[in-house]
Amino acid sequence: MMTLKVNGREHQVDAEADTPLLYVLRDDLKLNAAKYGCGLGQCGSCTVIVDGKAVLSCVMPMVLLEGKQVTTLEGLGTIAEPAPIQRAFMEEQAAQCGYCIPGMMMRAQALLQKNSKPTDEQIRAELEPHLCRCGTHMRILRAVHRAARLMDTADALPAANGSAR
Amino acid sequence: MNAPLIIDRRRVLAGGGALIVSFSLGSGLAQQQDAPAASAPSPPGSLKASPYLDAWIRIDANGVEVFTGKAELGQGFKTAFQQIAAEELDIAFESLKVTTADTRLTANEGYTAGSNSMKDSGTAIQNAAAQVRALLIAEAARRLDLPAESLRTADGAVIAPDGKRLSYGELVAGEMLHVQAQPTSKLKDPATFKVIGRPVPRVDIPAKVTGGEAYVQDMRLPGMLHARVVRPPSYGAELTECDTAAVEKLPGVVKVVRDGNFLAVVAEKEFQSIKAMNALAAAAKWKETASLPKQDDLLNVLTSLPSQDTTIFERSNAAVAAHKTIEATYTRPYQAHGSIGPSCAVAQFVDGAITVWTHTQGVYPDRQGIAEMLRLPPASVRLIHVEGSGCYGHNGADDAAADAALIARALPGRPVRVHWTREQEHAWEPFGPAMVTKLKASLDDNGRIADWNFDVWSNTHSMRPGGAGSMLAAQHMAQPFAVPAPRPLPLPEGGGDRNAIPFYNFPNARVVHHFIAAMPLRISAMRALGAYHNVFSIESFIDELAILAGADPVEFRLKHLDDQRGRDVIEKAAQAFGWKPDQKRPPDRGYGFAFARYKNLAAYCAVASEVEVNRETGRPRLIRAAAAVDSGQVVNPDGLINQIEGAIVQSMSWTLYESVTFDDTRITSIDWQTYPILRFNSVPESIDIHIIDRPGQPFLGSGETGQGPAAASIANAIASATGKRLRNLPLTRKRIKEAIDA
Repeated sequence: MMTLKVNGREHQVDAEADTPLLYVLRDDLKLNAAKYGCGLGQCGSCTVIVDGKAVLSCVMPMVLLEGKQVTTLEGLGTIAEPAPIQRAFMEEQAAQCGYCIPGMMMRAQALLQKNSKPTDEQIRAELEPHLCRCGTHMRILRAVHRAARLMDTADALPAANGSAR
Repeated sequence: MNAPLIIDRRRVLAGGGALIVSFSLGSGLAQQQDAPAASAPSPPGSLKASPYLDAWIRIDANGVEVFTGKAELGQGFKTAFQQIAAEELDIAFESLKVTTADTRLTANEGYTAGSNSMKDSGTAIQNAAAQVRALLIAEAARRLDLPAESLRTADGAVIAPDGKRLSYGELVAGEMLHVQAQPTSKLKDPATFKVIGRPVPRVDIPAKVTGGEAYVQDMRLPGMLHARVVRPPSYGAELTECDTAAVEKLPGVVKVVRDGNFLAVVAEKEFQSIKAMNALAAAAKWKETASLPKQDDLLNVLTSLPSQDTTIFERSNAAVAAHKTIEATYTRPYQAHGSIGPSCAVAQFVDGAITVWTHTQGVYPDRQGIAEMLRLPPASVRLIHVEGSGCYGHNGADDAAADAALIARALPGRPVRVHWTREQEHAWEPFGPAMVTKLKASLDDNGRIADWNFDVWSNTHSMRPGGAGSMLAAQHMAQPFAVPAPRPLPLPEGGGDRNAIPFYNFPNARVVHHFIAAMPLRISAMRALGAYHNVFSIESFIDELAILAGADPVEFRLKHLDDQRGRDVIEKAAQAFGWKPDQKRPPDRGYGFAFARYKNLAAYCAVASEVEVNRETGRPRLIRAAAAVDSGQVVNPDGLINQIEGAIVQSMSWTLYESVTFDDTRITSIDWQTYPILRFNSVPESIDIHIIDRPGQPFLGSGETGQGPAAASIANAIASATGKRLRNLPLTRKRIKEAIDA
């Protein structure tokens, strides 16, 4: 048994030490957002945030996660109360099949948490580990810019729902 | 207003089965939907094959449900269908539910392919909805004893002049909608559209960006087991030895399934199944055969294989004399669909019947294949489409469905989920076929094209199921099913010869399709089929001829094109791009242009692009693109823009980077390192899409229309930047560098 902290809640997980985080999130905790894309750390679709950093969960074994805080897309917001990054992707209609999108969003979220006004170049460089096959890239870039603006606005307001951070 | 309804009860009383409803069309707003004026015109779109209105629209006290036999693949048409139904039914968009392909619930619409969903299913839903609305008005007229002309519809109800409302749910009783569609419908005037033509947000996106259950990969049925397949290392490899005892003792392992060369393992938890798969792969011994051709000599490989040659187009005008002649050969390698999410399926075998949840493009053809493989009657096999990762054609989806079915049969009662690995998807998906085109053409004294010769060598572009033999699991069983004989896909849509016939007017022209039956690599349908390479070839060669003629590429195209809608998209794209004849280019940058009408009968698309080439490294980069598209009546403009934007970006990736690699035995491009595709550092600065809307015109679809024009536009821009013509796809950094240095 291992203790894993995901989206602010502690879970007792029965998984072997070498199990990649991705399978614990999907299989044990029934979370959908982190996706299996390659299992090789090449495509980014499994990306989640661990202690503020974007991490490829398909190659992150459980043994390295003791005591760490994991955040998945589910932890940011909901359909009813979407986080700024989620609102931004909806408003830009930044998906075709959408399979790669949760991973992109988590890396963008990690970027925006440490740099609230990234340049276009910085966003492109940050998203370099991520593949999209539908060719939604232009919209993804627009959505990250929009999320930066939305988060900026949200910061200016008194903490409302506090879902995004 | 609505015309009276005449219900022919004699047919019912005579036991004809179907309740036939007919109503005459008033003049005015009714659109003529390409129904021939023959004696027995059939209803439009997929209503032809599935004519009952309740195959498309069902209404009860709980609401209105729309059905389509097509599968949402990430194109967003589920939203578009909902818009169409809402518009023609006069009902709130949000109140509708759309159910997609399911062999128990929806019409058989074959495959979701060929950019045909809007044309087939969108048209069927539009007409069915309009006819259902007319039936509801007629029923309300009967109940209220008022003339139908005095009634109107709004927000899911029929409304009388005095304001009395009868909701659709109240009006529908019994088998009222179980009637056959009429050949023509009284459709709304496009000028009055409130939902069609609006950029309605996609219905599937909220769940996808919040971690909702959105894909077959996300399914978790009670008691579900996880399976992994161990595929052979190469085509035709035979399993000679496999000691499964150790694997069966691994934690969580429930069963090892072996049937001939089919090998799989099932475990309680997903990662247990992965560990067991690795152990099983290590235990398996295979006998392999070196059967693959030379990857770097596809030109000779393809043109040397036996082919069935057909002249598919011939036109001659001896009065036009050739002045200058050029020729060129273009090639395309095998290319991969490369879905980001590997193929997945869930199956459950209960009491001799099986249900399979799959991201296939064709639930009915797959049902046939799986029924044949399991030797079950088709009625005992149900396939339900659940979204997967974007597919772009025939990828591993159908194979994964067959895998799940075969494994689930060995574990009656328990749902079994199979997820392919990245390496399996890359090695085993059916690739887009390699192709060769040889072109030869002449200019006359006036710089116009005098003659045109086009030869294309290609495999078929569809080895999709129908029979079990199209599915890997069935091919690998101890009693295997043979791969069916390939057939060329018939024109006018065509396969290898899709878009091989020039859309331009040439006085002399000849097009020959060399159909190659032998398939050294596993191939099938990939977005745009042969049109990707044929349009790349034609539109590159048109530029070569324009250069020979000393003409501007855009003007040169217009000079050879009569079709007004084609001319309109060319002019629109050129204008949006800021195209000017003899425009000055920044150093190492080039401008390119290309155009096609997809399949010569569907959507029109023109793409202008600006590419920068680094002369030191050869690296090309698409800086910006502007495109114009005419897809007929537009239902969701943002959805259409998204499709064309995506097509340009994806086609750029195919065109600049992608080829399947192999040695004499194995596929060697088995992940994203060995099969690189575009990443964010190659994404252009801007892509600008312009729609030419054609209100009231038939839906033309859009999914595949951009692939060919984008490829040629980029190739032409590279030629413009470097002065060198590259004719072998992909146009890699290395090839460009070699051309510059030559």
